[in-house]
Amino acid sequence: MVTLLVAICFISFLLVKNSPIDPIQAYIGADMLKVSPEQRAKITEYWGLDQPVMMQFYHWGSAVLSGDMGTSMIYRRPVMEVIGERFTNSLALMLSAWVLSGVIGFVMGIIAAMKKGSWIDRLIKWYCFTLASTPTFWMGLLVLIVFAVWLGWFPVGMGVPAGVLAEDVTLLDRIQHLILPALTLSIVGIANVALHTREKLIDVLASDYVLFARARGKQGMVLFWRHGLRNVALPAITLQFAGFSELFGGAVLAEQVFSYPGLGQATVEAGLRGDVPLLLGIVIFTTIFVFVGNLLADISYRVLDPRTREGRKV
Amino acid sequence: MNTMPKKFPLNHKQWALAKIILAALLLALVIIGGLFLDEGRIVTNLTDRNSPPSLEHLFGTDWLGRDMFTRTIMGLTLSIGVGLIGALGSASIAMFLGMAAATMGKRADRLISWCIDLFLSVPHLVTLILIAFTLGGGFKGIVIGLTLTHWPSLARVIRAEVMQIRSADYVQVSRRMGKSRWWIALHHIVPHVIPQFLVGFMLLFPHVILHEAAVTFIGLGLSPHEPAIGIILSESMKYLSSGMWWLAFFPGLCLLIIVRMFDQIGENIRLLTSSDSNRD
Amino acid sequence: MSILEVNHLSVSFKQYTAGLKQSHHKVISDLNVNLEAGEILAVVGASGSGKSLLAHAILGILPANASVSGVMTYEGEELTPARQKALRGKEIALVPQSVNYLDPLMKVGKQVRTSVQTGDAVQAQRRVFERFRLGREVERMYPFQLSGGMARRTLLSTAMVSGAKVIIADEPTPGLDPVVIKEALSHFREFANQGCAVMLITHDIESALQIADKIAVFYAGTTVEIAKAEDFAGQGEAIRHPYSKALWRALPQNDFVPITGSQPHPSALPPGCLFAPRCAMATPECLQAQPEMRPLRDGMVRCIHAT
Repeated sequence: MVTLLVAICFISFLLVKNSPIDPIQAYIGADMLKVSPEQRAKITEYWGLDQPVMMQFYHWGSAVLSGDMGTSMIYRRPVMEVIGERFTNSLALMLSAWVLSGVIGFVMGIIAAMKKGSWIDRLIKWYCFTLASTPTFWMGLLVLIVFAVWLGWFPVGMGVPAGVLAEDVTLLDRIQHLILPALTLSIVGIANVALHTREKLIDVLASDYVLFARARGKQGMVLFWRHGLRNVALPAITLQFAGFSELFGGAVLAEQVFSYPGLGQATVEAGLRGDVPLLLGIVIFTTIFVFVGNLLADISYRVLDPRTREGRKV
Repeated sequence: MNTMPKKFPLNHKQWALAKIILAALLLALVIIGGLFLDEGRIVTNLTDRNSPPSLEHLFGTDWLGRDMFTRTIMGLTLSIGVGLIGALGSASIAMFLGMAAATMGKRADRLISWCIDLFLSVPHLVTLILIAFTLGGGFKGIVIGLTLTHWPSLARVIRAEVMQIRSADYVQVSRRMGKSRWWIALHHIVPHVIPQFLVGFMLLFPHVILHEAAVTFIGLGLSPHEPAIGIILSESMKYLSSGMWWLAFFPGLCLLIIVRMFDQIGENIRLLTSSDSNRD
Repeated sequence: MSILEVNHLSVSFKQYTAGLKQSHHKVISDLNVNLEAGEILAVVGASGSGKSLLAHAILGILPANASVSGVMTYEGEELTPARQKALRGKEIALVPQSVNYLDPLMKVGKQVRTSVQTGDAVQAQRRVFERFRLGREVERMYPFQLSGGMARRTLLSTAMVSGAKVIIADEPTPGLDPVVIKEALSHFREFANQGCAVMLITHDIESALQIADKIAVFYAGTTVEIAKAEDFAGQGEAIRHPYSKALWRALPQNDFVPITGSQPHPSALPPGCLFAPRCAMATPECLQAQPEMRPLRDGMVRCIHAT
């Protein structure tokens, strides 16, 4: 993991350094014409842009290690601070979508598997396959059209109401702005879990131990509750944790559609406007985020599956 | 198990073939349409602005009076083109690295597996944004970005497949008989990997197209002058609140259908190439 | 009166061969078995002869693409699917083949307890574990932690605690050492002596003979002979069917002569007597039609030449 992270930092660093976007121009923006070549040279020297790339990487790397990722050019605040604040917003969004899609997908997968071959199974399967090919942002636009424009139930965008002071933003306001993007992410996220759960449960239902349970007179819900749920929940949970990467990808798009001020939107802004420190910070941060997801998947397996939990004792 | 109605005298494999042909025809139609549609329909026409879908303008017109149907088809053609290059590039990288990992010894295997982990540990979209940023966006940036980000999972599949074939008895026998490494690769491994490659390639397609549209949508992909679906959708956002739903609805739906077509082709090729035809 | 009677049981599977072509595989055909209270009936046959399916058919847990015909009765009343559903696990219990039949994510003690029909489940489970010399720590183990012998005894426990009157044991002995086999089989004897009935499905004629009262010899999906265990003795003079005779003579302590040829696949059954192609006594008559089961010397046989 450490080597991976270092490599990712290094590669990302090289990539952004080779970008045709001039960091100084990005920093100064429209006032570029007013900057004299001398001033320019000064800034270059101040940022160490005249040094070899390896030196620059070394300086940046050691700063990151000491917890300083530099200052965001577009927000004019420390990168850590921007990421922290934006991520809190994104976390609310991703967490609700994560839970919602997980639960709904799981239940749909179970229903499909229990009624395998019926019209409801086919409907669920069709829905999932179609969703898997649906562009997240288009789904967001549809949700926006239906709920915000036609029905007028929700505001069209922005994380908080425009023109209201930060202190006056109530929790209710926040939740109201959270619902549509979370809904979008959930709708798209369901497919994976549902299909996976369906496959698993079909396997479990065809297993010898379910046959034996039936031989012992167990049936219907009792059978499912005792032997099905446990054996299906484990892979579903693991899958959900391992899907952090896609979750973040979805969040980027959903936040863009709904102008939700999360980390995803910050990523896009950083990319569009050439905010190198912020972009690098986000790359590192999301890598850790994905890693944590995989770690949680691993841990959940260890904690929940007796075969890996108690395997050592034997 | 078979859920097909009996009145169709086709078996599983014939059905799969029929679906592939149908989907391919539709795709071909879109491409041809995109190439031959009248450019005149998308010139600014201020007398016919913002009109909802009608017989004359199937998908309506936008704020400049351009016909949305024509724009959509052109966008789709562009998407398919970008998807083709991206998927082909990605699948080739996957094929090469997957084979290399499985045949060139432990060290190469470890290195390639490490690279796969590397690419999988950053969210796809973030990598794409990073690469697009480096290359300054545009057609080149997006194609290279897509090519570089989609190979890891297919490479894994091919690596596993090749490893399995290599340990198979008949390959072991060939080796004892003194056949060279290249001979074995050519006669035993390649024929098995080609179907995997084809299926993988077709299944990469939808991902590539969707990601292209996504990156273009957020503004780091194709330039705003290209008639891309991502551009159409991101432009439409400004007009949604005024109720012009058709600007977003139809282009997205068409993209969805195209992606689904590729998915179908991929799945059905898999059905055709696998011996296990009992699964639904 | 028999507690369980199986008459003219046939089981076939629908299968798709090429494309939409359907074919029926008859895996059990025209099978007859009777089970008396207090006795052990061993159903003996080579693997692939459809023995396990017999157990599943009695319990009504065959897969959905199987079709069943024939009549089964339990305590004199017909065993309909509804009745099978009501009786399985309560009156009729299965001892399955392997540890795979236990839920991998549930502690075995708990799995045994779910079989208990009346009374204190924990008490019942502990009593039966004690009887089978399974320590208290075993109830907290997961199936993957059990040794072969422990798994076997756990599976047996699930049947014991259910209080069933009929136990169907599917291959309870393979992979065990002779001492454990003897012990496992003695549990069945004990159980039968309490007035219950045991159907022991096995390919191991030797160990079956040690405890069984009656032997049903199974070939290519049907019974060819039902005999008393005592009939299997000496040179096998008392054995009725040529296949059972050959089976007996194939044992190491007897002549150790293998039977030539192999059992026919369910998709390619011969038209007449199923054993005719491998039978030394076969005559053109044998190829005409499948012989009926007929009583002979206090047993049953499916052979026109048997005396």
